[in-house]
This record gives sequence, C-alpha cells and structure tokens, in this order.
Amino acid sequence: MKLTGTAVAIGLFVSLVMAEGAEAIEIERVVSPKGIEAWLVEEHTVPVIAVSFAFKGGSAQDPEGKAGVANMLSGLLDEGAGPLDSRAFQAALDAYSIGLSFDASRDTFSGSLRTLSEHRDEAVRLARLALTQPRFDAEPVERIRSQIITGIKASERDPGEIASRAMMEAVFGAHPYGVPSEGTVESVTSITADDLRAWHRKLIARDNLEVAVVGDIDAETLAPMLDEIFGELPLKANRIGIPDLAPRQAKAIDVPMTIPQAIIQIAGNGLKRDDPDFIAASVASYILGGGGFSSRLYKEIREKRGLAYSVWLGLIPLDHAGLWFVSTSTRADQAGTVVALIEDEIARFAEEGPTEQELADAKAYLIGSYPLRFDTSGAISDQLLAIQLEDLGIDYVNRRNDLIAAITIEDIRRVSKRLFEGEDRVVVRVGAPET
Amino acid sequence: MRSTARAFAFALAVPLLMSVAAAEAPKFAKNATSFTLDNGLEVVVIPDHRAPIVTHMVWYKAGAADERPGESGIAHFLEHLMFKGTRNHPEGEFSKAVNSVGGNENAFTTDDVTVYHQTVAKQHLPLMMEFEADRMANLVLSDAAVKTERDVILEERRSRIDSDPRAQLGEAVRATLFQNSRYGVPTIGWAHEMAELDLADAVSWYDRYYTPNNAVVIVAGDVTEAEVRQLADATYGKVARRFDPPPRLRATEPEPRAARTVTLSDPQVTQSSMQRVYLAPSYVTGKPGEGEALDLLAEILGGGTTSRLYRDLVVGKAIAASAGAFYQSGTLGEAMFGFYGVPRGEATLAELETAFDAAIAELLDKGVTEAELAGAKRRLLAATVYAEDNAEALARSLGTALATGATLQEAQNWPAAIDAVTVDEVNAAARAYLDIRRSVTGYLVGEPSQSPS
Repeated sequence: MKLTGTAVAIGLFVSLVMAEGAEAIEIERVVSPKGIEAWLVEEHTVPVIAVSFAFKGGSAQDPEGKAGVANMLSGLLDEGAGPLDSRAFQAALDAYSIGLSFDASRDTFSGSLRTLSEHRDEAVRLARLALTQPRFDAEPVERIRSQIITGIKASERDPGEIASRAMMEAVFGAHPYGVPSEGTVESVTSITADDLRAWHRKLIARDNLEVAVVGDIDAETLAPMLDEIFGELPLKANRIGIPDLAPRQAKAIDVPMTIPQAIIQIAGNGLKRDDPDFIAASVASYILGGGGFSSRLYKEIREKRGLAYSVWLGLIPLDHAGLWFVSTSTRADQAGTVVALIEDEIARFAEEGPTEQELADAKAYLIGSYPLRFDTSGAISDQLLAIQLEDLGIDYVNRRNDLIAAITIEDIRRVSKRLFEGEDRVVVRVGAPET
Repeated sequence: MRSTARAFAFALAVPLLMSVAAAEAPKFAKNATSFTLDNGLEVVVIPDHRAPIVTHMVWYKAGAADERPGESGIAHFLEHLMFKGTRNHPEGEFSKAVNSVGGNENAFTTDDVTVYHQTVAKQHLPLMMEFEADRMANLVLSDAAVKTERDVILEERRSRIDSDPRAQLGEAVRATLFQNSRYGVPTIGWAHEMAELDLADAVSWYDRYYTPNNAVVIVAGDVTEAEVRQLADATYGKVARRFDPPPRLRATEPEPRAARTVTLSDPQVTQSSMQRVYLAPSYVTGKPGEGEALDLLAEILGGGTTSRLYRDLVVGKAIAASAGAFYQSGTLGEAMFGFYGVPRGEATLAELETAFDAAIAELLDKGVTEAELAGAKRRLLAATVYAEDNAEALARSLGTALATGATLQEAQNWPAAIDAVTVDEVNAAARAYLDIRRSVTGYLVGEPSQSPS
C-alpha cells in the first residue's frame, strides 16, 4: 500500500453506472506518500472541492462522567489552532470563503471541508492546523460550553426530546449508547481542556481515518495534499472496546404532559450494517414505513384516516447495536388508537410479509433513486465516506442495486420475523392521556 | 399591487460562510435560459450535465397572502389536495409513478407561492411533465378526501406550531408586525379557520390560481433548452389557459408609530430568548438597491461568527450564547429584517436587550466600515460560485425570483447589483429601517411548570 518515489498510487477505477447506462461516476483510489488513502471523484465543471473525512470512534468513546467531550471537541477544532487564535482562525476561513466543520456521532468523529479551488492551499493549511494543533484557549472553550449547555437546557421540556431520551435510556440502559451524545449539563460543565486534549490525542489518528474527495482536483494533486492535512497525525488511535448489545425487552413508557399532540416512538431490536440480512431489512422497512407517500403506515395512519401528518419506520444501524424505530405524533386523545394501528400493521407484516407487487414497487424505488444521492459534490463525498465507514468496498456503488434486485419475498418474510415477531419492543408516549 | 423592475429576491439558503475575491461579479445561475409558451406558461432551464438527473418544479404564483379573510390555510390545504388525483389519473397514480422510477417528490407553500417538485433520472422527465401538466387543469376532489386531508393539515399545524412555543412566538410577532397585509396571518392558517375549510373553498382556490399563465416551470439538471422546449410543448403546451388570475394584492403597511412587544410564556420553555423584527422593504417593494443593501446589512450585522453581533455579544461581552440577524427578502409585499439572541449563563433577557440596543445604536451612529462591506460582498458573491454545485438550489432561488415578478436576467445580474452597493447605501438603509417604532420585540419565557420534568 505504501509507495515511495513519485508517490501517487492509483488503485482501481470504479464507475457508478447511473440510471440505465447513462454517464457514470468514476471513483479512484488515491494513496499518499505516507500511505493515507482517499477515494476521489474528479469533476472540474464547478471550481469547488469537497472533502469529507471521518475518524472511527465517536461519542461512545467519551470517558465515564464526561459525556459530551467528542461533541464539544467538534465545536472547538475550528476555534483556534497553531498560531491562530479563534478570531484569526475564523477570519481566515471567512477571508478565503472556506467551509470547515466537524461533527461527532455515536460511532464517528467526522469533518467536512469545502473550498473554491483557487483557495485550496489555504483550506489545506487551516484543516491541518485544526486537526493537528487545536489550541483550546479559555475564551472559546467557555463560549462553546455555554452554547452546548444552552442547547441542552432549551430542550429539557421539549416533548420530542423527552421521548427520545426516555427511549435511548430504555433501549440502551447503561451502555455508552444510552448516554446523550451532547452530554448533560453536569457532564459538560465538568469537561476541561485536558479532557478535550486527551480525547483528541487518542481518537484523531491515521489508522481509523477515512477520506473522500470530490471536485476540481486530480489524483496527482490530491496525494501530497492528503499528507499535508493528515500526515502529522499519530499512526494509531487508541479506542476503547464497546460491547455489542441486542436490546430485547417489552416495555411501555408513558410520560404525562399537557400538550395538544402526543409524541409516539416505538423501537425494537434491529440489525447492524454488517448483518447478511441488512439489505433485506432495509427493503422491508421501506415497504412498511419508508419515506415518500406509499408505505403501509403512511397509508393506514395518514392517507386513510388523517390521524397524523408524519409517520415513518426506519432502521438505525450502529456499530454495536441495531434498532428499528417508528416515530409519529397525533392529537393527544388519539394516541391509543394510533399505537394500536401501528402495532397491528407491524404484527401483520411479521405474519404475512409484503405482496409481490409491494416488493416489486419497493425495489423499483430503491434502485431507481440510488443515483439521486450523487448530485452535489458534498453529497457525493458524503456517500463515498459512508461506504468507506461501513467497509462495503469501492465497488459497492456498482453492486448495491444488484443486491437490492436479488432480494426475494422469502428474504423479506424471514427478516421481518426476525425484526418484528413477538412483543419485544419499547413504546414511548409523551403527552398521551391516561387510559 | 406594487412592483418594480428590480424585483429579485435572493432566497438561496447559504449554509457556509463563503467569500471570493471577485474582480468581476459572476452571474447567478449563468447557464440558465427561459422561454414562454403560447398559453402564458414561463419555463426556465438550468443545464447541469454532471449527473443524469433532473429536478422539475412548478411554481404557482399563489400563496397564503393571496387568501381572502376567513379562508386562512386554503393555499396550503390545496397543496395537499393536489395529490388526490385527476380525471385522467386516480389518487395515488402520480406518486406511484414517481416511486416506480425511483424519484423523489414533494411540495411546499409560502406566503407568495405554491410549489410542486420531483427529482428523477433524466429519462423520466417527460412522465413528470405529463402528470404535472395534467393536474394543472384536471384535479378531481371529493368531499371525503377533503375531510380526511383536513385532519392531516390540522395535525400538521399541531406538530409545527401548537407543540412548539418558538413557533407560536413567531406567529404572534408576525401578527403584530403586519397590521394591514395578509402576512400577519400564518401560512398554514389559523386552526379555527382551517377546521372550516371545505370542498367548495378548495375548488374555488384551484379555479382562481391554477392555470398555465400563472405558473413558472423550472427544469434543472441534465437537459438542454431544446429538449425542454419540445417536452413542454407536448405537455404543458396542451393545457389551455383557464382564466386570468386576479391581481396579487399586497396591502401596504401604514407608517408604524408604536414599538411593540409580545411575550410568549410556556412551561415547556426552559431557556429564554428574544428576537426583534423591523418592517422593511423587500426587493419588490423597495427602491432600487435597497434590497441588496439590506442583504449586506444582515450579513454584516449577524451573518456568522465574524459578524458584529457575534463578535460583540457572544465573544466580546459574553452575554449571549448565540446571536444573529436575518433579512427575509423574497416577498412580494413588505419584508422583515430582524435579529435574535439567547442569553448566556446568568445573563437576563433585559441585559441581553440592552446589549442589542447598544449594538444597533452604534451601527446607526457610526455606520458600517468599508472593510465590513467588502467582507460581506465577498461572502455573498462566493455563494454564487458554490451555488453552481447545486442545481436544485439554483432552481429554488430562480423560482422565488421569477414567481415574485423578476425577470431571469435580473436574477442573473444579482451579484453585480450586490457588488455595486456602497457604504452610504447600507448606512442609509440601516438608518431608515432599524427604527424601534417600526419594530416588534418578542420574548420567549418559561413559567412555573405544571408538568413533570
């Protein structure tokens, strides 16, 4: 993998054949002199470069009692680095019209860099400084802390937030996933600059890094650029092991609250992304409660009965657990009716599965809509990054629609029983009247 | 109706801070062209050949502010009902066709427009145009469908407004600011009037505004003007002009004399905040250059972390957790210019408001600097370059402009108009419109809780 000399290793080219043999996206594997790999889609029409990158290991890596470190770090990397204090750093981003942002999810710490090609060098310099020499000066640390605490406080009595927190606690309990990513007022108050430095030192490294680049740049230029941005990072991350968890329990949680509309969330054990049945599960969840105006839940709850504006079922695949998840809201006095209707539809689906027509329609949509995810530079780089993080392979864009096409009705029935049979699910209702 | 030739509203949502050292102002959506069919339908084409995808949008020049007294919510209600089927295609067939080709679809309503859109692989564009042209003239509604869907929009209102104290405050602020025009009425409608909307209201609205001569079609993506022209002739071209839509009345506001305050108090609120909005001209109602000056003023005052309010209140005085400014420029009638903030730590709303007042007083007294104006211009002009990466965003910006009376050429020349604004013009706009008598200040506060934590 590691190359010396002129230093550009161009692996394979992969072409995403968009809709029926039209143009394709070519994905090129680029390896830097130091061995940092990136996937590149070259596209020179618009003078813009989008870089999406991520380090495996997110808020689930926060130390005990310090929930919210990763999230706080994501707000501070662009608040002063190297010779530039916060104001100078922000002024430099502004002066060169560079977009640089970071985000912490449960399993990853990700970054996004957007620049006009004429300011590429400055963008590279600022990204390198942010990643390798963050300052954590007192003023920005206290400012970002206050913003996070304000946000946590502002949502304390938000019915949707209350429902989500109750659900995550019920499903994940003491597992790191049960703690809110942004932390609590107490934990965020206790975070020190040393906590931020320690998290940064352990998790921002090269062996857990994935990079995707799209836009006005070629492989020869990108290879050394990768080393400029990421080459000074430590070789290895030091991640703690997170246990796997398969939440299986039947539980009903009612949070009383006087509000006009009850919030309803239902969750059960789902599949991780590496489960062989994951694709079948994603087709099943689309038929039962996917977006758009065609799912069973949409038709039963909204279209036929006008009981809700929005109702959906989706999969949440995390690195160490998987969930299926239903969300809706309805006039408070209808909450019981809506929960019963959803439970009935889920049970019926577990029992009967879809019709052949529903499966054919779902496949047509899921296959036909895949190219729509590849429209803007940022969208393409985000798609590639997700494929890298899920370890699906550089040819996944070509295989993905075949995987959908190969799903049979037996696959859907099998996975639907795995997902939906039985009573093991958590039902959270906020603001539903007592029955 | 008041309208000027300089009627362009820049409505692109710019997500990042951006700037460009522009020797010459770029054109906005430089590849876009337009033509008009014999039936009066205007068509805009934005070619982008990077991916074999197209976004197809129909913009009707009808929004909530066109509603008559007592029928609030009908514009948005009809948007929902447009999915209920036509003489040629029963309910669900259009959505099914979109799904079956892997397309995405949706619709939205504002005070001034109602918009339907699909994104599909390019070879399915003819099908989308056929369906959309069909429902421009052949909608069929039943009493039962109207009643069920009315429950849906009431649930939508409960979700978006009635469950959200911030949205309720926003509704109250607007209702207080606009004393004469329909902009004081919420886009989604007042609940008690929505509950009374019926089949006759829906049909009457449809027969007042849905006609090719009251619409703009925008196709953005992997197409040429020639292709779209041919498809438009074969689909929309077959729809007869149904009637002449009524004039779009936007009552002008009286000269405001009283500074107003509104307070929304709710046990759900655990973090207080404030906002102030001023009655300001839009690109349509303002004098030449005023809309551009106000866009730049909003950028200087509160656009991101290098702006005045952020540097002063969030970083310097450390009295706000967040603070920013906005100019809602894309309206056919008068517009809102405003700022907002959340107090930090132990700071009170009163202390935050004092700091805002001081910042505004200094702005009016000393004015903005050449350097500030240059920075704001850089950001807005760079956004024009970034926008070329997103054909759908270009379509949305041009749609807003054209549906509020601008020509394509005016919209494309927006960057040059921004570039031409002077410090004196920005200061004149600030002094004319950031007058407390023109404003409503809104406070969001909690109250002793009756509900458990």
